Amino acid sequence: MVQLMNRTDNETKATVSPMEAPVREAAKPVVYDTKQLNLWYGSHHALKNIDLPIRENEVTAIIGPSGCGKSTYIKTLNRMVELVDGVRTSGEILYRGRNIFDAKYSVEELRTRVGMVFQKPNPFPKSIYDNIAYGPRIHGIKNKKILDEIVEQSLRGAAIWDEVKDRLNTNAYSLSGGQQQRICIARALAIEPDVILMDEPTSALDPISTLKVEELVQELKENYSIIIVTHNMQQAARISDKTAFFLNGEVIEFDDTDKIFQNPADQRTEDYISGRFG
Amino acid sequence: MVNPTTRERASVQELIAKAGNNKRKKVIEKIIPIILFLIAGVSVLTTIGIVATLIFETVTFFRQVSLLSFIFGTEWLPFSNKEPKFGILPLIVGTLKITLIAVVVAVPIGLAAAIYLSEYASDNARRVIKPVLEVLAGVPTIVYGFFALTFVTPVLQTIIPDLKIFNALSPGIVVGFMIIPMIASLSEDAMSAVPNAMREGALAMGATKFEVAMKVVLPAALSGILASVVLATSRAIGETMIVSLAGGSTPRFDADFTGSIQTMTAYIVQVSTGDAGYGTPIYYSIYAVGFTLFLFTLLMNFLASRITKRFREAY
Repeated sequence: MVQLMNRTDNETKATVSPMEAPVREAAKPVVYDTKQLNLWYGSHHALKNIDLPIRENEVTAIIGPSGCGKSTYIKTLNRMVELVDGVRTSGEILYRGRNIFDAKYSVEELRTRVGMVFQKPNPFPKSIYDNIAYGPRIHGIKNKKILDEIVEQSLRGAAIWDEVKDRLNTNAYSLSGGQQQRICIARALAIEPDVILMDEPTSALDPISTLKVEELVQELKENYSIIIVTHNMQQAARISDKTAFFLNGEVIEFDDTDKIFQNPADQRTEDYISGRFG
Repeated sequence: MVNPTTRERASVQELIAKAGNNKRKKVIEKIIPIILFLIAGVSVLTTIGIVATLIFETVTFFRQVSLLSFIFGTEWLPFSNKEPKFGILPLIVGTLKITLIAVVVAVPIGLAAAIYLSEYASDNARRVIKPVLEVLAGVPTIVYGFFALTFVTPVLQTIIPDLKIFNALSPGIVVGFMIIPMIASLSEDAMSAVPNAMREGALAMGATKFEVAMKVVLPAALSGILASVVLATSRAIGETMIVSLAGGSTPRFDADFTGSIQTMTAYIVQVSTGDAGYGTPIYYSIYAVGFTLFLFTLLMNFLASRITKRFREAY
Protein backbone atom coordinates (compact mmCIF):
# COMPACT_ATOMS: atom_id res chain seq x y z
CA MET A 1 0.00 0.00 0.00
CA VAL A 2 2.91 2.30 0.79
CA GLN A 3 4.12 1.86 -2.73
CA LEU A 4 0.70 2.56 -4.06
CA MET A 5 0.47 5.83 -2.21
CA ASN A 6 3.91 6.94 -3.29
CA ARG A 7 3.14 6.26 -6.86
CA THR A 8 -0.01 8.33 -6.90
CA ASP A 9 1.50 11.08 -4.77
CA ASN A 10 4.35 11.43 -7.19
CA GLU A 11 1.99 11.65 -10.07
CA THR A 12 -0.01 14.33 -8.36
CA LYS A 13 3.12 16.27 -7.48
CA ALA A 14 4.22 16.15 -11.04
CA THR A 15 1.19 18.11 -12.13
CA VAL A 16 0.62 20.35 -9.11
CA SER A 17 3.43 21.79 -7.05
CA PRO A 18 3.03 21.69 -3.25
CA MET A 19 2.97 25.50 -3.01
CA GLU A 20 -0.19 25.64 -4.98
CA ALA A 21 -1.85 23.19 -2.65
CA PRO A 22 -4.58 25.50 -1.38
CA VAL A 23 -5.50 26.42 -4.93
CA ARG A 24 -5.46 22.76 -5.91
CA GLU A 25 -8.12 22.13 -3.32
CA ALA A 26 -10.49 24.25 -5.34
CA ALA A 27 -9.73 22.78 -8.73
CA LYS A 28 -8.57 19.20 -8.73
CA PRO A 29 -8.10 17.85 -12.25
CA VAL A 30 -11.16 16.33 -13.88
CA VAL A 31 -10.95 12.55 -14.27
CA TYR A 32 -14.24 11.90 -15.92
CA ASP A 33 -16.00 14.54 -17.93
CA THR A 34 -19.48 13.61 -19.08
CA LYS A 35 -20.84 15.81 -21.84
CA GLN A 36 -24.42 15.71 -23.09
CA LEU A 37 -24.72 12.00 -22.44
CA ASN A 38 -27.96 10.35 -23.49
CA LEU A 39 -28.70 6.66 -23.17
CA TRP A 40 -31.60 4.55 -24.34
CA TYR A 41 -32.57 0.98 -23.47
CA GLY A 42 -34.47 0.23 -26.65
CA SER A 43 -37.04 3.02 -26.68
CA HIS A 44 -36.69 3.88 -23.00
CA HIS A 45 -34.74 7.09 -22.58
CA ALA A 46 -32.80 6.29 -19.40
CA LEU A 47 -30.22 9.08 -19.25
CA LYS A 48 -30.98 12.58 -20.48
CA ASN A 49 -28.36 15.18 -21.34
CA ILE A 50 -26.03 14.37 -18.48
CA ASP A 51 -23.20 16.81 -17.83
CA LEU A 52 -20.99 15.83 -14.95
CA PRO A 53 -17.33 16.71 -14.32
CA ILE A 54 -15.88 14.26 -11.79
CA ARG A 55 -12.63 15.22 -10.13
CA GLU A 56 -9.55 13.39 -9.00
CA ASN A 57 -9.11 12.04 -5.46
CA GLU A 58 -12.64 12.86 -4.48
CA VAL A 59 -15.55 10.72 -3.54
CA THR A 60 -18.47 11.54 -5.79
CA ALA A 61 -21.79 10.16 -4.60
CA ILE A 62 -24.68 9.58 -6.95
CA ILE A 63 -28.04 9.53 -5.24
CA GLY A 64 -31.63 9.34 -6.38
CA PRO A 65 -34.72 7.15 -6.17
CA SER A 66 -34.96 3.70 -7.77
CA GLY A 67 -35.04 3.83 -11.55
CA CYS A 68 -33.53 7.31 -11.75
CA GLY A 69 -30.62 6.08 -13.85
CA LYS A 70 -27.86 6.26 -11.24
CA SER A 71 -26.79 2.63 -11.73
CA THR A 72 -27.06 3.00 -15.49
CA TYR A 73 -24.83 6.04 -15.33
CA ILE A 74 -22.07 4.41 -13.29
CA LYS A 75 -22.15 1.37 -15.56
CA THR A 76 -21.80 3.63 -18.56
CA LEU A 77 -18.54 5.00 -17.14
CA ASN A 78 -16.82 1.65 -17.75
CA ARG A 79 -19.18 0.65 -20.57
CA MET A 80 -20.53 -2.34 -18.64
CA VAL A 81 -23.97 -1.07 -19.55
CA GLU A 82 -23.37 -2.32 -23.08
CA LEU A 83 -23.79 -5.91 -21.85
CA VAL A 84 -27.51 -5.17 -21.96
CA ASP A 85 -29.01 -5.74 -25.41
CA GLY A 86 -30.34 -2.74 -27.29
CA VAL A 87 -28.40 0.00 -25.50
CA ARG A 88 -27.70 3.17 -27.49
CA THR A 89 -25.80 6.22 -26.38
CA SER A 90 -25.09 9.70 -27.67
CA GLY A 91 -22.82 12.42 -26.36
CA GLU A 92 -19.44 11.72 -24.88
CA ILE A 93 -17.64 10.73 -21.72
CA LEU A 94 -14.06 11.88 -21.55
CA TYR A 95 -11.86 9.80 -19.30
CA ARG A 96 -8.56 11.61 -18.84
CA GLY A 97 -9.38 13.52 -21.99
CA ARG A 98 -10.20 10.53 -24.20
CA ASN A 99 -13.71 9.75 -25.34
CA ILE A 100 -14.49 6.27 -24.00
CA PHE A 101 -16.93 5.64 -26.85
CA ASP A 102 -14.14 6.16 -29.38
CA ALA A 103 -13.87 3.03 -31.54
CA LYS A 104 -10.10 3.06 -31.03
CA TYR A 105 -10.47 2.97 -27.25
CA SER A 106 -10.86 -0.69 -26.27
CA VAL A 107 -13.16 -1.46 -23.37
CA GLU A 108 -10.50 -3.77 -21.92
CA GLU A 109 -8.04 -0.88 -21.78
CA LEU A 110 -10.62 1.38 -20.14
CA ARG A 111 -11.63 -1.24 -17.58
CA THR A 112 -8.00 -1.88 -16.73
CA ARG A 113 -7.80 1.75 -15.59
CA VAL A 114 -11.26 1.91 -14.02
CA GLY A 115 -12.14 -0.71 -11.42
CA MET A 116 -15.63 -1.60 -10.28
CA VAL A 117 -17.26 -2.95 -7.15
CA PHE A 118 -20.76 -4.33 -7.51
CA GLN A 119 -23.94 -4.24 -5.50
CA LYS A 120 -23.78 -7.88 -4.48
CA PRO A 121 -20.35 -9.25 -3.59
CA ASN A 122 -19.28 -11.34 -6.59
CA PRO A 123 -15.98 -13.02 -5.82
CA PHE A 124 -14.94 -15.85 -8.10
CA PRO A 125 -15.43 -19.36 -6.72
CA LYS A 126 -11.69 -19.61 -6.23
CA SER A 127 -9.28 -19.16 -3.34
CA ILE A 128 -8.90 -15.71 -1.79
CA TYR A 129 -5.40 -15.53 -3.28
CA ASP A 130 -6.57 -16.43 -6.79
CA ASN A 131 -9.37 -13.90 -6.59
CA ILE A 132 -6.95 -11.06 -5.95
CA ALA A 133 -4.33 -12.36 -8.37
CA TYR A 134 -6.91 -12.77 -11.14
CA GLY A 135 -6.63 -9.24 -12.53
CA PRO A 136 -2.83 -9.03 -12.52
CA ARG A 137 -2.65 -12.51 -14.05
CA ILE A 138 -4.94 -11.82 -16.98
CA HIS A 139 -2.90 -8.71 -17.65
CA GLY A 140 0.23 -10.80 -17.92
CA ILE A 141 1.87 -10.63 -14.49
CA LYS A 142 3.12 -14.14 -13.74
CA ASN A 143 6.01 -13.66 -11.32
CA LYS A 144 4.99 -15.40 -8.10
CA LYS A 145 6.90 -13.00 -5.87
CA ILE A 146 5.30 -9.94 -7.41
CA LEU A 147 1.87 -11.57 -7.25
CA ASP A 148 2.37 -12.38 -3.56
CA GLU A 149 3.24 -8.75 -2.99
CA ILE A 150 0.24 -7.47 -4.95
CA VAL A 151 -2.11 -9.80 -3.08
CA GLU A 152 -0.87 -8.65 0.31
CA GLN A 153 -0.91 -4.96 -0.67
CA SER A 154 -4.40 -5.18 -2.09
CA LEU A 155 -5.80 -7.05 0.89
CA ARG A 156 -4.18 -4.55 3.23
CA GLY A 157 -5.56 -1.75 1.07
CA ALA A 158 -9.04 -3.19 1.46
CA ALA A 159 -8.54 -3.54 5.22
CA ILE A 160 -9.07 -7.27 5.25
CA TRP A 161 -5.50 -8.60 5.33
CA ASP A 162 -5.52 -9.40 9.05
CA GLU A 163 -8.75 -11.35 8.75
CA VAL A 164 -7.66 -13.57 5.89
CA LYS A 165 -3.85 -13.70 5.89
CA ASP A 166 -3.84 -17.19 7.42
CA ARG A 167 -6.27 -18.67 4.95
CA LEU A 168 -5.44 -17.24 1.58
CA ASN A 169 -6.02 -20.63 0.01
CA THR A 170 -9.58 -21.08 1.20
CA ASN A 171 -12.50 -20.40 -1.10
CA ALA A 172 -13.62 -16.78 -1.03
CA TYR A 173 -17.20 -17.98 -0.57
CA SER A 174 -16.34 -19.24 2.90
CA LEU A 175 -16.17 -15.59 4.03
CA SER A 176 -19.05 -13.48 5.31
CA GLY A 177 -20.85 -11.11 2.93
CA GLY A 178 -19.03 -8.06 4.29
CA GLN A 179 -15.67 -9.78 3.96
CA GLN A 180 -16.54 -10.92 0.45
CA GLN A 181 -17.27 -7.34 -0.51
CA ARG A 182 -13.91 -6.20 0.81
CA ILE A 183 -12.30 -9.07 -1.14
CA CYS A 184 -14.01 -7.64 -4.22
CA ILE A 185 -12.62 -4.22 -3.39
CA ALA A 186 -9.16 -5.75 -2.93
CA ARG A 187 -9.60 -7.52 -6.26
CA ALA A 188 -10.32 -4.18 -7.90
CA LEU A 189 -7.31 -2.58 -6.16
CA ALA A 190 -5.00 -5.36 -7.35
CA ILE A 191 -4.61 -3.83 -10.79
CA GLU A 192 -3.96 -0.41 -9.21
CA PRO A 193 -6.70 1.36 -11.13
CA ASP A 194 -7.09 5.09 -11.39
CA VAL A 195 -10.81 5.24 -10.63
CA ILE A 196 -13.01 2.91 -8.61
CA LEU A 197 -16.71 2.74 -9.43
CA MET A 198 -18.93 1.43 -6.66
CA ASP A 199 -22.49 0.47 -7.43
CA GLU A 200 -24.35 0.43 -4.10
CA PRO A 201 -21.50 -1.53 -2.53
CA THR A 202 -23.09 -1.78 0.90
CA SER A 203 -26.71 -2.47 0.01
CA ALA A 204 -26.32 -6.19 0.69
CA LEU A 205 -24.26 -5.73 3.87
CA ASP A 206 -25.05 -5.50 7.57
CA PRO A 207 -24.44 -2.19 9.40
CA ILE A 208 -21.04 -3.13 10.79
CA SER A 209 -19.73 -4.31 7.44
CA THR A 210 -21.21 -1.18 5.90
CA LEU A 211 -19.27 0.96 8.36
CA LYS A 212 -16.06 -0.85 7.48
CA VAL A 213 -16.58 -0.31 3.78
CA GLU A 214 -17.39 3.36 4.37
CA GLU A 215 -14.21 3.85 6.37
CA LEU A 216 -12.35 2.10 3.62
CA VAL A 217 -13.75 4.46 1.00
CA GLN A 218 -12.46 7.39 3.04
CA GLU A 219 -8.96 5.90 3.06
CA LEU A 220 -9.05 4.94 -0.60
CA LYS A 221 -9.79 8.44 -1.84
CA GLU A 222 -6.24 9.42 -0.92
CA ASN A 223 -5.10 7.39 -3.88
CA TYR A 224 -8.11 6.85 -6.06
CA SER A 225 -10.99 8.77 -7.49
CA ILE A 226 -14.16 7.11 -6.30
CA ILE A 227 -17.64 7.29 -7.75
CA ILE A 228 -20.24 5.64 -5.56
CA VAL A 229 -23.91 5.03 -6.25
CA THR A 230 -25.93 4.79 -3.09
CA HIS A 231 -29.58 4.79 -2.14
CA ASN A 232 -28.57 5.62 1.38
CA MET A 233 -28.49 9.40 1.74
CA GLN A 234 -26.78 9.34 5.12
CA GLN A 235 -24.05 7.33 3.51
CA ALA A 236 -23.64 9.88 0.75
CA ALA A 237 -23.52 12.66 3.36
CA ARG A 238 -20.97 10.79 5.48
CA ILE A 239 -18.44 9.76 2.87
CA SER A 240 -18.65 11.92 -0.23
CA ASP A 241 -17.12 15.23 -1.26
CA LYS A 242 -19.48 15.86 -4.16
CA THR A 243 -23.00 14.64 -4.66
CA ALA A 244 -25.05 14.36 -7.83
CA PHE A 245 -28.81 14.00 -7.46
CA PHE A 246 -30.42 12.02 -10.29
CA LEU A 247 -34.14 12.02 -11.02
CA ASN A 248 -35.86 10.39 -14.00
CA GLY A 249 -32.61 10.13 -15.92
CA GLU A 250 -31.56 13.73 -15.37
CA VAL A 251 -29.00 15.34 -13.12
CA ILE A 252 -31.09 17.71 -11.03
CA GLU A 253 -28.25 19.03 -8.95
CA PHE A 254 -24.51 18.47 -8.66
CA ASP A 255 -22.51 20.22 -5.99
CA ASP A 256 -20.44 19.89 -2.84
CA THR A 257 -22.05 17.31 -0.60
CA ASP A 258 -22.39 19.82 2.25
CA LYS A 259 -24.21 22.22 -0.01
CA ILE A 260 -26.57 19.53 -1.36
CA PHE A 261 -27.52 18.31 2.08
CA GLN A 262 -27.68 21.64 3.90
CA ASN A 263 -28.77 24.09 1.30
CA PRO A 264 -29.93 22.45 -1.90
CA ALA A 265 -30.67 24.79 -4.78
CA ASP A 266 -33.49 22.75 -6.25
CA GLN A 267 -36.79 22.06 -4.50
CA ARG A 268 -36.83 18.44 -5.78
CA THR A 269 -33.42 17.81 -4.21
CA GLU A 270 -34.66 19.13 -0.93
CA ASP A 271 -37.82 17.01 -1.12
CA TYR A 272 -35.77 13.91 -1.81
CA ILE A 273 -33.11 14.36 0.86
CA SER A 274 -35.70 15.29 3.46
CA GLY A 275 -37.50 12.03 2.69
CA ARG A 276 -40.61 13.43 1.10
CA PHE A 277 -40.34 10.91 -1.74
CA GLY A 278 -38.10 8.09 -2.98
CA MET B 1 -62.39 -9.79 11.91
CA VAL B 2 -65.31 -8.64 9.78
CA ASN B 3 -68.38 -7.88 11.79
CA PRO B 4 -70.88 -10.69 10.88
CA THR B 5 -73.89 -8.47 11.50
CA THR B 6 -73.09 -6.22 8.55
CA ARG B 7 -73.86 -8.89 5.93
CA GLU B 8 -76.33 -11.61 5.07
CA ARG B 9 -74.25 -14.73 4.51
CA ALA B 10 -72.30 -16.74 7.04
CA SER B 11 -68.64 -15.86 7.58
CA VAL B 12 -66.04 -17.53 5.43
CA GLN B 13 -64.74 -19.43 8.44
CA GLU B 14 -68.22 -20.88 9.01
CA LEU B 15 -68.53 -21.83 5.34
CA ILE B 16 -65.17 -23.60 5.49
CA ALA B 17 -66.26 -25.56 8.53
CA LYS B 18 -69.52 -26.49 6.83
CA ALA B 19 -67.86 -27.70 3.63
CA GLY B 20 -65.97 -30.22 5.74
CA ASN B 21 -63.16 -30.65 3.24
CA ASN B 22 -60.67 -31.52 5.92
CA LYS B 23 -61.63 -35.16 6.35
CA ARG B 24 -61.37 -35.95 2.65
CA LYS B 25 -58.05 -34.14 2.41
CA LYS B 26 -56.65 -36.15 5.29
CA VAL B 27 -57.48 -39.43 3.55
CA ILE B 28 -55.98 -38.28 0.24
CA GLU B 29 -52.87 -37.03 1.98
CA LYS B 30 -52.40 -40.50 3.48
CA ILE B 31 -53.00 -42.46 0.27
CA ILE B 32 -51.02 -40.32 -2.18
CA PRO B 33 -47.56 -41.03 -0.74
CA ILE B 34 -48.28 -44.76 -0.69
CA ILE B 35 -49.31 -44.76 -4.35
CA LEU B 36 -46.30 -42.67 -5.33
CA PHE B 37 -44.02 -44.99 -3.37
CA LEU B 38 -45.38 -48.03 -5.17
CA ILE B 39 -44.94 -46.44 -8.57
CA ALA B 40 -41.40 -45.34 -7.76
CA GLY B 41 -40.75 -48.85 -6.47
CA VAL B 42 -41.39 -50.32 -9.94
CA SER B 43 -38.16 -48.85 -11.32
CA VAL B 44 -36.19 -49.95 -8.29
CA LEU B 45 -37.59 -53.48 -8.59
CA THR B 46 -36.77 -53.57 -12.29
CA THR B 47 -33.18 -52.63 -11.55
CA ILE B 48 -32.93 -55.26 -8.87
CA GLY B 49 -34.44 -57.82 -11.24
CA ILE B 50 -31.99 -57.05 -14.01
CA VAL B 51 -28.97 -57.12 -11.72
CA ALA B 52 -30.16 -60.35 -10.11
CA THR B 53 -30.59 -62.06 -13.49
CA LEU B 54 -27.18 -60.84 -14.58
CA ILE B 55 -25.52 -62.12 -11.43
CA PHE B 56 -27.38 -65.43 -11.48
CA GLU B 57 -26.49 -66.29 -15.08
CA THR B 58 -22.94 -64.95 -14.64
CA VAL B 59 -22.41 -67.28 -11.71
CA THR B 60 -23.62 -70.17 -13.87
CA PHE B 61 -21.10 -69.14 -16.52
CA PHE B 62 -18.24 -69.22 -14.05
CA ARG B 63 -19.19 -72.77 -13.04
CA GLN B 64 -18.15 -73.75 -16.57
CA VAL B 65 -15.29 -71.32 -17.22
CA SER B 66 -12.64 -70.26 -14.74
CA LEU B 67 -12.86 -66.71 -13.48
CA LEU B 68 -9.12 -66.15 -13.79
CA SER B 69 -8.97 -67.19 -17.44
CA PHE B 70 -11.92 -64.89 -18.08
CA ILE B 71 -10.34 -61.84 -16.48
CA PHE B 72 -6.76 -62.35 -17.66
CA GLY B 73 -7.24 -64.29 -20.88
CA THR B 74 -6.07 -62.52 -24.00
CA GLU B 75 -7.98 -64.71 -26.41
CA TRP B 76 -11.71 -64.67 -27.00
CA LEU B 77 -12.58 -67.65 -29.16
CA PRO B 78 -16.04 -68.78 -27.99
CA PHE B 79 -16.98 -70.45 -31.26
CA SER B 80 -13.87 -72.61 -31.55
CA ASN B 81 -14.82 -76.23 -31.99
CA LYS B 82 -11.61 -77.59 -30.55
CA GLU B 83 -11.00 -75.44 -27.53
CA PRO B 84 -13.25 -72.41 -26.86
CA LYS B 85 -11.46 -69.60 -25.05
CA PHE B 86 -13.18 -66.95 -22.94
CA GLY B 87 -10.59 -64.27 -22.17
CA ILE B 88 -12.48 -60.97 -21.89
CA LEU B 89 -9.48 -58.68 -22.49
CA PRO B 90 -9.81 -58.51 -26.31
CA LEU B 91 -13.43 -57.38 -25.95
CA ILE B 92 -12.47 -54.80 -23.31
CA VAL B 93 -9.67 -53.53 -25.54
CA GLY B 94 -12.12 -53.24 -28.44
CA THR B 95 -14.51 -51.23 -26.26
CA LEU B 96 -11.71 -49.02 -24.97
CA LYS B 97 -10.46 -48.29 -28.51
CA ILE B 98 -13.90 -47.04 -29.49
CA THR B 99 -14.28 -45.08 -26.25
CA LEU B 100 -10.87 -43.47 -26.57
CA ILE B 101 -11.45 -42.27 -30.13
CA ALA B 102 -14.94 -41.11 -29.29
CA VAL B 103 -13.79 -39.07 -26.29
CA VAL B 104 -10.87 -37.57 -28.19
CA VAL B 105 -13.32 -36.46 -30.90
CA ALA B 106 -16.21 -35.39 -28.69
CA VAL B 107 -14.62 -33.53 -25.78
CA PRO B 108 -12.93 -30.72 -27.73
CA ILE B 109 -15.84 -30.27 -30.14
CA GLY B 110 -18.48 -30.57 -27.43
CA LEU B 111 -16.70 -28.11 -25.16
CA ALA B 112 -16.09 -25.63 -27.95
CA ALA B 113 -19.77 -25.81 -28.84
CA ALA B 114 -20.74 -25.32 -25.19
CA ILE B 115 -18.46 -22.31 -24.78
CA TYR B 116 -19.79 -20.80 -27.98
CA LEU B 117 -23.41 -21.37 -27.00
CA SER B 118 -23.11 -20.13 -23.46
CA GLU B 119 -20.67 -17.23 -23.89
CA TYR B 120 -20.81 -15.98 -27.45
CA ALA B 121 -23.97 -17.02 -29.29
CA SER B 122 -26.72 -14.47 -29.67
CA ASP B 123 -30.18 -15.54 -28.60
CA ASN B 124 -31.07 -16.09 -32.24
CA ALA B 125 -28.05 -18.29 -32.92
CA ARG B 126 -28.76 -20.29 -29.79
CA ARG B 127 -32.38 -20.73 -30.81
CA VAL B 128 -31.23 -22.38 -34.05
CA ILE B 129 -28.18 -24.33 -32.87
CA LYS B 130 -29.54 -25.94 -29.72
CA PRO B 131 -32.45 -27.74 -31.43
CA VAL B 132 -30.10 -28.91 -34.20
CA LEU B 133 -27.79 -30.35 -31.57
CA GLU B 134 -30.72 -32.05 -29.96
CA VAL B 135 -31.73 -33.55 -33.30
CA LEU B 136 -28.21 -34.95 -33.55
CA ALA B 137 -28.80 -36.57 -30.17
CA GLY B 138 -32.07 -38.03 -31.41
CA VAL B 139 -30.71 -39.76 -34.52
CA PRO B 140 -31.21 -43.53 -34.08
CA THR B 141 -27.88 -45.26 -33.54
CA ILE B 142 -28.54 -47.69 -36.37
CA VAL B 143 -28.49 -44.69 -38.70
CA TYR B 144 -25.15 -43.61 -37.27
CA GLY B 145 -24.02 -47.20 -37.80
CA PHE B 146 -24.59 -47.37 -41.51
CA PHE B 147 -23.37 -43.78 -41.81
CA ALA B 148 -20.07 -45.00 -40.34
CA LEU B 149 -19.93 -48.07 -42.56
CA THR B 150 -21.04 -46.57 -45.86
CA PHE B 151 -19.79 -43.01 -45.64
CA VAL B 152 -17.12 -42.41 -43.00
CA THR B 153 -15.12 -45.57 -43.66
CA PRO B 154 -14.81 -44.98 -47.44
CA VAL B 155 -13.83 -41.34 -46.81
CA LEU B 156 -11.21 -42.42 -44.28
CA GLN B 157 -9.93 -45.05 -46.69
CA THR B 158 -8.97 -42.32 -49.14
CA ILE B 159 -6.74 -40.86 -46.42
CA ILE B 160 -5.54 -44.11 -44.85
CA PRO B 161 -5.31 -46.68 -47.65
CA ASP B 162 -4.58 -49.51 -45.20
CA LEU B 163 -7.88 -49.05 -43.41
CA LYS B 164 -9.97 -52.21 -43.46
CA ILE B 165 -13.68 -52.08 -44.22
CA PHE B 166 -14.32 -53.00 -40.58
CA ASN B 167 -12.15 -51.00 -38.20
CA ALA B 168 -12.07 -49.14 -34.90
CA LEU B 169 -11.41 -45.68 -36.27
CA SER B 170 -14.60 -45.03 -38.22
CA PRO B 171 -17.14 -46.21 -35.62
CA GLY B 172 -15.03 -44.52 -32.92
CA ILE B 173 -15.30 -41.18 -34.69
CA VAL B 174 -19.01 -41.62 -35.30
CA VAL B 175 -19.66 -42.61 -31.68
CA GLY B 176 -17.76 -39.41 -30.84
CA PHE B 177 -20.18 -37.40 -32.96
CA MET B 178 -23.08 -39.17 -31.33
CA ILE B 179 -21.99 -38.06 -27.84
CA ILE B 180 -21.10 -34.47 -28.81
CA PRO B 181 -24.65 -33.20 -28.11
CA MET B 182 -24.55 -34.76 -24.66
CA ILE B 183 -21.29 -33.01 -23.75
CA ALA B 184 -22.26 -29.77 -25.46
CA SER B 185 -25.73 -29.58 -23.98
CA LEU B 186 -24.87 -30.60 -20.40
CA SER B 187 -21.73 -28.44 -20.35
CA GLU B 188 -23.67 -25.52 -21.73
CA ASP B 189 -26.22 -25.95 -18.95
CA ALA B 190 -23.41 -25.96 -16.39
CA MET B 191 -21.81 -22.86 -17.89
CA SER B 192 -25.06 -20.96 -18.28
CA ALA B 193 -25.73 -21.65 -14.61
CA VAL B 194 -22.64 -19.63 -13.64
CA PRO B 195 -24.04 -16.33 -12.34
CA ASN B 196 -23.58 -13.32 -14.60
CA ALA B 197 -22.23 -11.39 -11.63
CA MET B 198 -19.05 -13.43 -11.94
CA ARG B 199 -18.63 -12.62 -15.60
CA GLU B 200 -19.20 -8.95 -14.82
CA GLY B 201 -16.62 -9.09 -12.05
CA ALA B 202 -14.00 -10.28 -14.51
CA LEU B 203 -15.08 -8.05 -17.40
CA ALA B 204 -14.92 -5.01 -15.10
CA MET B 205 -11.23 -5.74 -14.56
CA GLY B 206 -10.51 -5.55 -18.26
CA ALA B 207 -10.76 -9.27 -19.01
CA THR B 208 -11.70 -10.17 -22.56
CA LYS B 209 -14.64 -12.44 -23.28
CA PHE B 210 -12.34 -15.36 -23.94
CA GLU B 211 -10.49 -14.82 -20.66
CA VAL B 212 -13.79 -14.73 -18.86
CA ALA B 213 -14.87 -17.98 -20.54
CA MET B 214 -11.64 -19.84 -19.89
CA LYS B 215 -10.63 -18.51 -16.48
CA VAL B 216 -13.92 -17.80 -14.77
CA VAL B 217 -16.81 -19.66 -16.37
CA LEU B 218 -15.03 -22.89 -17.24
CA PRO B 219 -13.52 -23.43 -13.78
CA ALA B 220 -16.77 -22.48 -12.09
CA ALA B 221 -18.68 -24.98 -14.25
CA LEU B 222 -15.99 -27.65 -14.10
CA SER B 223 -17.93 -30.15 -12.04
CA GLY B 224 -20.85 -30.11 -14.46
CA ILE B 225 -18.54 -30.29 -17.45
CA LEU B 226 -16.60 -33.26 -16.09
CA ALA B 227 -19.83 -35.01 -15.18
CA SER B 228 -21.06 -34.54 -18.75
CA VAL B 229 -17.82 -36.02 -20.09
CA VAL B 230 -18.08 -39.02 -17.80
CA LEU B 231 -21.72 -39.63 -18.72
CA ALA B 232 -20.87 -39.32 -22.40
CA THR B 233 -17.98 -41.76 -21.94
CA SER B 234 -20.36 -44.15 -20.28
CA ARG B 235 -22.62 -43.80 -23.29
CA ALA B 236 -19.70 -44.56 -25.63
CA ILE B 237 -18.79 -47.67 -23.65
CA GLY B 238 -22.32 -48.96 -23.90
CA GLU B 239 -22.82 -48.02 -27.57
CA THR B 240 -23.88 -51.06 -29.57
CA MET B 241 -25.31 -50.56 -33.03
CA ILE B 242 -22.56 -48.38 -34.50
CA VAL B 243 -19.80 -50.72 -33.42
CA SER B 244 -21.73 -53.82 -34.46
CA LEU B 245 -22.22 -52.45 -37.94
CA ALA B 246 -18.92 -50.76 -38.62
CA GLY B 247 -16.46 -52.28 -36.15
CA GLY B 248 -16.49 -55.86 -37.29
CA SER B 249 -16.47 -59.01 -35.18
CA THR B 250 -12.86 -59.88 -34.58
CA PRO B 251 -11.94 -59.72 -30.90
CA ARG B 252 -8.31 -58.65 -30.86
CA PHE B 253 -5.88 -57.88 -28.09
CA ASP B 254 -3.69 -55.23 -29.74
CA ALA B 255 -3.37 -51.49 -30.28
CA ASP B 256 -4.32 -51.38 -33.95
CA PHE B 257 -7.10 -49.00 -34.93
CA THR B 258 -7.25 -49.81 -38.62
CA GLY B 259 -8.40 -53.41 -38.46
CA SER B 260 -11.60 -55.19 -37.43
CA ILE B 261 -12.37 -55.29 -33.72
CA GLN B 262 -15.13 -56.49 -31.44
CA THR B 263 -16.53 -54.69 -28.45
CA MET B 264 -18.35 -56.21 -25.50
CA THR B 265 -21.66 -54.92 -26.78
CA ALA B 266 -21.07 -56.13 -30.33
CA TYR B 267 -20.31 -59.60 -29.01
CA ILE B 268 -23.58 -59.69 -27.11
CA VAL B 269 -25.41 -58.72 -30.30
CA GLN B 270 -23.57 -61.37 -32.27
CA VAL B 271 -24.58 -64.12 -29.87
CA SER B 272 -28.08 -62.87 -29.23
CA THR B 273 -28.91 -62.71 -32.92
CA GLY B 274 -27.14 -65.99 -33.65
CA ASP B 275 -28.24 -69.45 -32.62
CA ALA B 276 -26.27 -70.28 -29.52
CA GLY B 277 -28.11 -73.01 -27.72
CA TYR B 278 -29.58 -72.43 -24.30
CA GLY B 279 -27.31 -73.73 -21.57
CA THR B 280 -24.12 -73.66 -23.60
CA PRO B 281 -21.10 -71.68 -22.34
CA ILE B 282 -21.60 -69.27 -25.25
CA TYR B 283 -25.13 -68.55 -24.07
CA TYR B 284 -23.98 -67.83 -20.53
CA SER B 285 -20.96 -65.87 -21.73
CA ILE B 286 -23.16 -62.98 -22.86
CA TYR B 287 -24.27 -62.57 -19.25
CA ALA B 288 -20.69 -62.53 -18.05
CA VAL B 289 -19.83 -59.94 -20.71
CA GLY B 290 -22.97 -58.00 -19.89
CA PHE B 291 -22.05 -58.02 -16.24
CA THR B 292 -18.55 -56.72 -17.06
CA LEU B 293 -20.12 -53.97 -19.13
CA PHE B 294 -22.46 -53.19 -16.25
CA LEU B 295 -19.47 -52.87 -13.90
CA PHE B 296 -17.83 -50.43 -16.33
CA THR B 297 -20.83 -48.14 -16.57
CA LEU B 298 -21.43 -48.41 -12.84
CA LEU B 299 -17.84 -47.30 -12.30
CA MET B 300 -18.39 -44.34 -14.63
CA ASN B 301 -21.56 -43.30 -12.80
CA PHE B 302 -19.73 -43.55 -9.50
CA LEU B 303 -16.91 -41.47 -10.98
CA ALA B 304 -19.39 -38.88 -12.20
CA SER B 305 -20.91 -38.40 -8.78
CA ARG B 306 -17.50 -38.26 -7.11
CA ILE B 307 -16.26 -35.69 -9.62
CA THR B 308 -19.35 -33.57 -9.22
CA LYS B 309 -18.73 -33.40 -5.49
CA ARG B 310 -14.96 -33.03 -5.67
CA PHE B 311 -14.87 -30.19 -8.20
CA ARG B 312 -17.95 -28.32 -7.10
CA GLU B 313 -16.97 -24.69 -6.77
CA ALA B 314 -19.45 -23.29 -4.34
CA TYR B 315 -20.97 -19.98 -5.34
